[in-house]
Amino acid sequence: MASICSVLPALLCKFPAIDESTIRLARKAVDDSFKGFVRSYGNAIDTVVQPLQWFLNYLESLFVGSPWIVILAAMVAVVYFGSRNIGITIGTALSMIAIGLVGLWNDTMVTLAMVTVCTLISILVGIPIGIVMARSDRVQAFINPILDVMQTMPSFVYLIPVVMIFGIGKVPGLIAVVIYAVPPMIRLTNLGIRLVDKEVLEAADAFGSSTWQKLKNVQMPLALPTIMAGINQTIMMSLAMVVVASMIGVGGLGKNVLQAIANQFFTVGFLNGFALVGIAIIFDRTSQAFGKRLQKHSEVIHG
Amino acid sequence: MASHAIEVKNLYKIFGPRGADFVDAVKKGMGKAELNEQHGHVLGLQDINISMPAGGVMVVMGLSGSGKSTLIRHINRLIDPTSGEVLYDGVDVCKMSDADLREFRRHKTAMVFQKFALLPHRTVLDNTVYGLEIQGVERKESEKRARGWIERVGLKGFENHYPNQLSGGMQQRVGLARALTNDADILLMDEAYSALDPLIRVDMQTVLLDLQKELKKTVVFITHDLDEALRLGDKIAILRDGRVVQQGTGQEIVLSPADDYITAFVKEVNRGRVINVETIMRPLSGNAEGVPLVTGTVLESAARTMTAARVATAHVVDVNGRPIGALDLSAIIAAMVTPVSHEDRVAA
Repeated sequence: MASICSVLPALLCKFPAIDESTIRLARKAVDDSFKGFVRSYGNAIDTVVQPLQWFLNYLESLFVGSPWIVILAAMVAVVYFGSRNIGITIGTALSMIAIGLVGLWNDTMVTLAMVTVCTLISILVGIPIGIVMARSDRVQAFINPILDVMQTMPSFVYLIPVVMIFGIGKVPGLIAVVIYAVPPMIRLTNLGIRLVDKEVLEAADAFGSSTWQKLKNVQMPLALPTIMAGINQTIMMSLAMVVVASMIGVGGLGKNVLQAIANQFFTVGFLNGFALVGIAIIFDRTSQAFGKRLQKHSEVIHG
Repeated sequence: MASHAIEVKNLYKIFGPRGADFVDAVKKGMGKAELNEQHGHVLGLQDINISMPAGGVMVVMGLSGSGKSTLIRHINRLIDPTSGEVLYDGVDVCKMSDADLREFRRHKTAMVFQKFALLPHRTVLDNTVYGLEIQGVERKESEKRARGWIERVGLKGFENHYPNQLSGGMQQRVGLARALTNDADILLMDEAYSALDPLIRVDMQTVLLDLQKELKKTVVFITHDLDEALRLGDKIAILRDGRVVQQGTGQEIVLSPADDYITAFVKEVNRGRVINVETIMRPLSGNAEGVPLVTGTVLESAARTMTAARVATAHVVDVNGRPIGALDLSAIIAAMVTPVSHEDRVAA
């Protein structure tokens, strides 16, 4: 190495990095301006997201406060009417009972409330963005790299600004989870609408459909299987992320896992982990069976 | 409800980002291949002038790539022309505002597609009401009308089936019912029967002809099948490379094909089922002899009538029974076999 460097000019041998003091100044400038931004707008942002806090608290107290038998009955009913599948329903009941027996019922309810709110917000945010994205190649070209960043940026990194703005608590956790879980919702809505059969769209045009009629009657119904896959992915990613979000104050199963890591509690770690897996499988099977049921019309009877 | 004719005038379509820049070059004689090679633009249609008869069936025939599907999409402007006009009832469809165009599509046109293009998540009934739903017709009323048409196309009992549960022929009946329920003056049929197997195709042609007898819509029918064109068309236009090679009635096209290309098509046609007696009759000289044949009788059934009656001569009468011409069996046979000149032209 050194021998090559003796022939080469210094500039080509050692990378000409910007000198440290300049970087330090730039870093300080960015940090300071962000802190300034947080100082002046922090309260306003807090007020805006206040409804999320209320909603989350309400759902959490509802889930935790209700007698377990009511919650279990409600869950079994939702799963059954969603999937119309006895196997999935029995599986749900058994895993919830197992969770209760090992003393994780309340923590599971907290996590359940969190995941429910995160999923709802992801759907509410994701579907409109996906629709806008599907309508315009320009918007798609603009949003796609943002989604790439959201999905590949290590979640710990964007926890930093989230905590700076919102502090520690449930709402920052919620926002972190939504940032992580919403990209598949957006991408699959976009994909589903773009994959809609051109012939059917042409027919809708030929009968004089307006843009809204086309979206409502053709694009959304035909994109539904793909959108359902997006919802399924979003639920799975929220469940994975609630563990990371426990680092900034989200309670429930994630917090137990975090404590187990810190204290090397092998059994506690796995019990909580399995409880998460249990809810994940319940959500996954139910949403998939529901999605399949919506597609009943595509079954070929003869022809 | 009187239908109006559709006039297509000087229509050009050049596909590509700067299509309009090349219209003049094409008008001066630049060909399809040259345009593609030198400028990377595709010539879709050039100098189309067709007058489509009101209340009649206009068939546009051509092989794949001839521009026939492009042409039909100009009538309801699913494709915008590069230059030219499409007039319906004196209004240029190509100049309508978006709102006017939507109204035009909702109330004046209905379309049937080659691949059916039904909504897979809707039942037969819900597919059929689609046009009326878009127009904002009350559900009860639209359902009543839709049920009527479902019955007319022979799908009674299948109202609650999904398209995927039906065979191709039945799906296209739904497509037809959906278009008819719209009650529009113009019926656009884009290779509507090309995906169906031969027997069902003939069956569906009969359905269309029967309906057309009472509905008298202005039908534009696209096909690549000359037999279908001759069976359905009051008027036929033959397209090749985006240009009209010949237009006229089926008789005119079969008897005097404009060039070798059409001759090659016409050669395979069963002439006995296309040519009418009045086309080949000679003027009446003296008394009407032999069996009477009504105008519009095709040669094949004329020959059958004559051989059954064991006569070699016949006379042609108009719808009122008045004799207007005469013909004999040898003239019929001469007209039914493919002329030698056609064979030569194709062989050459």
